[in-house]
Amino acid sequence: MAASTNTEVPQSNKPTEELASAVIRFAGDSGDGMQLAGTQFTDTSAIFGNDVATLPDFPAEIRAPAGTVAGVSGFQINFAASDIHTPGDEVNALIAMNPAAFKAHIDDVQQGGIIVVNEDEFTKINLRKAGYPEGYNPLDDEKYDNKYRITKVPITRLNEETLADTGMSAKDIGRCKNMFALGLIYWLYQRPIDTTVSYLEDYFGKKKKLPAVAEANVKTLKAGYFFGETTEMFPVRFHVARAPVAPGKYRKIGGNEATAMGLATAAQLASKTLVYCSYPITPASDVLHSLAAMRNFGVKTFQAEDEIAAMCAAIGVSFAGQLGVTGTSGPGLALKSEALNLALMMELPVVIINVQRGGPSTGLPTKTEQSDLLQALYGRNGDSPAVVIAAQSPGDCFNTAIEASRLAIKYMTPVIMLTDGYIGNGAEPWRIPNVEDLEPIEISHPVFDEKVEWHPYQRDENLSRPWAIPGTKGLQHRIGGLEKAHITGNVSYDFENHQFMTDLRRMKVEKVADSIPDLEVHGEASGDLLLVGWGGTYGSILTATDRAQAAGKKVSCIHLRHLNPMPKNLKSILGNFKQILVPELNTGQLRMILRGKFLVDARGLNKIAGKPFLVEEIEDAIKIVLNGELGDREYLTPRLHKVDINDQDIDLAKFGINAVRL
Amino acid sequence: MPEKELNVLKPKDFASDQDVRWCPGCGDYAILNQVRRICAKIGQTRENSVFISGIGCSSRFPYYMETYGMHSIHGRAPAFASGVKLANPGLDVWQVTGDGDGLSIGGNHLLHVLRRNFNIKIMLFNNRIYGLTKGQYSPTSEEGKKTKSSPMGAIDMPLSPLSVALAAEASFVARAVDVDKDLGEVLERAAKHEGSAFVEIYQDCNVFNHHAFKYATDKDSKEDHILRLEHGKPMIFGKDRDKGIWLDGNRKPRVVELGKGIQADDLLFHDEHDESLSFLLSRMTYPEFPEPMGVFYQIEDECYENLLQKQVDDAIEAKGKPDLQALFNSGDIFEVK
Repeated sequence: MAASTNTEVPQSNKPTEELASAVIRFAGDSGDGMQLAGTQFTDTSAIFGNDVATLPDFPAEIRAPAGTVAGVSGFQINFAASDIHTPGDEVNALIAMNPAAFKAHIDDVQQGGIIVVNEDEFTKINLRKAGYPEGYNPLDDEKYDNKYRITKVPITRLNEETLADTGMSAKDIGRCKNMFALGLIYWLYQRPIDTTVSYLEDYFGKKKKLPAVAEANVKTLKAGYFFGETTEMFPVRFHVARAPVAPGKYRKIGGNEATAMGLATAAQLASKTLVYCSYPITPASDVLHSLAAMRNFGVKTFQAEDEIAAMCAAIGVSFAGQLGVTGTSGPGLALKSEALNLALMMELPVVIINVQRGGPSTGLPTKTEQSDLLQALYGRNGDSPAVVIAAQSPGDCFNTAIEASRLAIKYMTPVIMLTDGYIGNGAEPWRIPNVEDLEPIEISHPVFDEKVEWHPYQRDENLSRPWAIPGTKGLQHRIGGLEKAHITGNVSYDFENHQFMTDLRRMKVEKVADSIPDLEVHGEASGDLLLVGWGGTYGSILTATDRAQAAGKKVSCIHLRHLNPMPKNLKSILGNFKQILVPELNTGQLRMILRGKFLVDARGLNKIAGKPFLVEEIEDAIKIVLNGELGDREYLTPRLHKVDINDQDIDLAKFGINAVRL
Repeated sequence: MPEKELNVLKPKDFASDQDVRWCPGCGDYAILNQVRRICAKIGQTRENSVFISGIGCSSRFPYYMETYGMHSIHGRAPAFASGVKLANPGLDVWQVTGDGDGLSIGGNHLLHVLRRNFNIKIMLFNNRIYGLTKGQYSPTSEEGKKTKSSPMGAIDMPLSPLSVALAAEASFVARAVDVDKDLGEVLERAAKHEGSAFVEIYQDCNVFNHHAFKYATDKDSKEDHILRLEHGKPMIFGKDRDKGIWLDGNRKPRVVELGKGIQADDLLFHDEHDESLSFLLSRMTYPEFPEPMGVFYQIEDECYENLLQKQVDDAIEAKGKPDLQALFNSGDIFEVK
C-alpha cells in the first residue's frame, strides 16, 4: 500500500522527444515473464500520472512448446498525456524476446516504429521453432530494416553477465532477463524505476521469502536501465507527460478485480454476506481468486464441483437470505441456464457474472468477444426474462457489480452482468470512491404478523415478491420450478394463471426500467450518424466518435449499459439520426435486437477476431457509411486492420457466399 | 437464540396444507409419516427446517412439510442445499432424492456434498425405477430388467448407492425399508448426526415396480432376507435368529448356521466406525446374502460450513474488521491535485 513517489528519473544527456501518447508491446515466450513486465510498466505509468489502457494477450495453453509462435505471450500498454479509452491501434515500440515473438507481432508495429530484439535468441534452432525457412534470419532482412527502427540488444548475455557472481543457477538467472528488458524500456521512456524495485522487494523478498531473487531482479532491472544510458544504441529518448485528470486519489484496477471489489462492496451496502460460488473458467477465474482472498470482509467463496452446482449453490444462498453470486464465461453460462431459470421462476435475487470469451463451444478461451448477448437475453427454455447489464471498462466493473446486486435485490430477480476478456483482464487508472458516498442497498425481509395475511407470491409496487427467509417463524413456504399460482405461490397448472404469471414476470423485468437512468448522447442530440455500442467496446467507439466530430462530421454515440430492459429514451434517440451503426464483437446481436424492437435500419460493424476494435476500424466504417457506400448491405467486417469496401473474400465467394463481407 | 421447544410440536404440525398426491399405496407415504414424526420427536422447529428436493416422485416431498422448502431442478438438490448451509449454517437441512435424481442426473453432486461433509440429511428413496416418467429402468434397476425403455432387458450394471456414498467419504451411511419399524430409528440417528448423513430407503413403487423389495418386506420371510445391524453385536439374522455372517479364511463373508460348531462369538461383529467392514456390508445383496439394514458407518468429522465460517472468523481476527475504504486503497495509490 506504499504511496509511491513520482520520482523523476535523473536527467540525461540524450535528446528527448515529447510524445502525446505511446503504445508499447512486450512479447516473448509464455515463460519469459512478459505479463509481469507489462503490468509493471502499467503500474509505473499509472503512478507517474499517465492515463493508461492495457491489453494482455496470452496463449490458451499454459506452456505451449517453448519458442513457437503458439507459445508467444504479449502485453500491450497505451499510456498518454491525455484521456484515452483503448490500448491503442498500432504499436509504436515492440520488445521481442525471441524470433517467435518477432514473427507473431511484427505486422502490428507502425512503419518507422521501434523494435528492440533480444538478438541472443535469434539462433538457428529458435528461428526454426518460430517457423522461419532454413537459413533465414529476419534480422538480416533489409525489408525490416527499411521499415522499422530495429535495435539488437544481447539481452540474454548482458543479463547473465550482470548476475554472474550471484551464485544463482543458469536457469534462475535466465528468468530475470525480462527485468533487464524492462529496465531498458524504462530508460527509453523516462520512467522511474522505484515502483518496480519496491514490487520486486515485496513480492520476491517478503512474500516469497527469496531475498536473493529480489536482489538479482533489481540488479538486472538497473543494469538494463543503465545500459540504455551508457550505450549509443538509442539516439533519442521519449517522454509522455502526465495526463490532466480530475483531482482525487487513484489506483490502477483490473476489470475482474473491480468486479470482485464491487460484489464485496454491494454485500456490505446490503448488510449481507457475499457467497461467491464458482467453478474455475478462463477468463473469469480471477474474480474467484480475488474474492477468495477477502475472507476478512466476511466474503465466503465456494469452488463448486461444476458450473451447474455453482449456480445452484448461489441460489441456495439467496433462498437462505444472503447475497448469492456466481461467475463464469460463455460455456459456463450455457450450463447454468436451467438453474438460472429456476431462480427466475422462484423470483430470488442472484447475480451471474459472465466474462465473455470467444465462442462457440470452447472457442477462444483467452480471447475477447461479445457474442453471449443473445445467450444472456434468451438462452433459456420458456419465456424467461432476465435483467442483463454490461460493464464498459475495467473500472466500470465495480459500479456495474454494485448495480447488478442492487437490481437483483430490489426486483427479486436474477441479473446477468456481462463483462469480457478484454475489460476483465485489462486495467486502467481508477478514481477511488469514498465509501460514505455509496448508497446503501435497502432490504426488508418480512416478519410474521398474525393479524396480517401473508403469501410468498404477493407483490409490492415494483411487482416484486417478498424475500422471506428460512429461520423466520410463521412464514414457512415452499417454492420450486413448477408454475406458481399468483399470490399463494402454490403449484398451479391452471392455463389462465400461466398466461397471467408469464405476463407478470415480463412486466416485472420491464419495470426495472424505472430504476435506470436515461441514456446520454455523446455529441449532438441529432445528426447524420449514431453509433450504438454496449459493453467493452466503449473506449474504441468513444474515441472514433471524438475523432469524427473533430473532423466536423455529424456523428454521435450512445453506449448501452442496460440490455434488458433498455433505457426508456432509447427509441427517441434512435429516431433523431439519419443512420445507425452498431459496432460489436459478434455477428450483430445488438443490431438484431434494435432492428426487431424499434424497426430501425441499424447497420453493423462486426468483428469476430478475438481482439477488441481498433479505433481506426470504426473510423473507416464511419467514413463508408457517411459516404453512402454501404448500399443495402447490412454490415461491415474489418480485415487486417482495415475496413475495405472493395476487398472481396475469394475463399468465401467460391462457396457462393459473397455478400457476407465488404 | 430462542430455546428449542422440545416435544411441543406434534407430527401433524409438520404437515402442510397441501394435498399429498402420490399414488395410493406408494411407499413415500410411510416415509413422510416417519419424517414428520422424527422432526417432532427431536424438537426440530418448522421455521428452522428446510427440505430441498430435485425432480421425481420423491421430490414432491417438500410440498407436504410445513417447513421451508424448495422443489428444485433434476439432480441438483445437493448444490442448493449446500448453498443454504453456506448462507446459514444454523438451519436444519434435509435433502430428498431418488435413484434417478440422486444417482443418475445428480450423481456428481451427491459425491461432492458427501465428501465436503455439509451437515445435511440426505434421504435417497430407491425404488429401482423411474416412476414420474412412467417406468423406465434406473441406475439401481437389476441387470436384465425389462421396462418400456429396455424391452429386451437392461444391459446396464446397477450400482450400490451405499458403496458410492462410502467411496465418496460420507460420514454417516445407513439403509432402511419404507414400511419397516426401524426406519424411524435410522432417520432419528441421521438427524442427530453432525455432518452429511446418507440414508438409502427401499421404497416400493406400487405402480411401476411393485414388490421390488418383497423379500425385505414380506412378513413371513423378511427376517431371513435382511440383516439388522447393531453396533458391537454379532451379525445374527433369520426369523429364528439361527443364522449369521462369518468371515472365511479369504476374508469373504459367508452365511452360516449357528449351532453346528459355530457360536455367536465366531461371527462377524458390527463396528460402525470400520470403513472396510461397512464397504463389505454394502456389497452384500439378496439373494446370496441377507441385505444389511441400519447404520453401516458413522464417524465424527468437521462440517464444511463450519470450517468455512472459521476461516472467515480467523481472517477477521488476523486482519481486523472489514474496512472497505482500506480495500479500495490497497495497491499503489497516487494522488492528483
